[in-house]
Amino acid sequence: MRHLTYVAVLAGILAAAIWLEPVLRVGVLRQWRRLLLTVVPVAFAFSIWDIAAFRAGHWRLDPAQTTGVVLPGGLPLDELLFFVVIPVCSVLGFEAVRTMRDRA
Amino acid sequence: MTYTVAVGLAVTIALLVDLVTLRTRLVTRRVFWIAYAIVLFFQLISNGILAGREVVRYDPDAILGLRVVYAPVEDVGFGFALVLMTLAVWVRTGARPAPPPAPRPARHRAASSTPPDPDRTEARGT
Repeated sequence: MRHLTYVAVLAGILAAAIWLEPVLRVGVLRQWRRLLLTVVPVAFAFSIWDIAAFRAGHWRLDPAQTTGVVLPGGLPLDELLFFVVIPVCSVLGFEAVRTMRDRA
Repeated sequence: MTYTVAVGLAVTIALLVDLVTLRTRLVTRRVFWIAYAIVLFFQLISNGILAGREVVRYDPDAILGLRVVYAPVEDVGFGFALVLMTLAVWVRTGARPAPPPAPRPARHRAASSTPPDPDRTEARGT
């Protein structure tokens, strides 16, 4: 199970933000097309950046704590999930702030 | 190029996307900074776990060496770029729920020069 450490951290981040959808009714997941339109290009751009930094030797993942699945192009699956989870949670947080402001 | 330079590049591009390309100007809006502060809080926890447990390791020669909660200080800039870019695209895509297939007026996007759902913090002072 140790190879799921990275994924577990991402799951924790998602859990910390996902409740905003039903509780505050931020309507982010409901706008799933807009969310896709946001997350796909951002994840793509940052994946390229990430691969470049990896190839330059700036960072590496511990094989014992990550899935070990590497996508075509050399991007670890864990990193791709990071670039999906963080944007989704950022949008949830942003819309939550907007929602609270509008209610105030 | 060091990781420090790569992050600086990402931050610069994100700022250009926000201020020039998409003209969302999120960095001038209070709502963005409140949201970013919340995201940063969670980033320091999660990034701290990842770097502290050495799930992610960094080449010591590629970073400044200054660390914030175990993670290289560069990661704060990296997270900022990721969040700013994401929210700029999110806000911009909110302008047109269903993009029309018809060709847009060439070059000058006068109709879309105003950010969608403009923040009303100035008017309300909240």
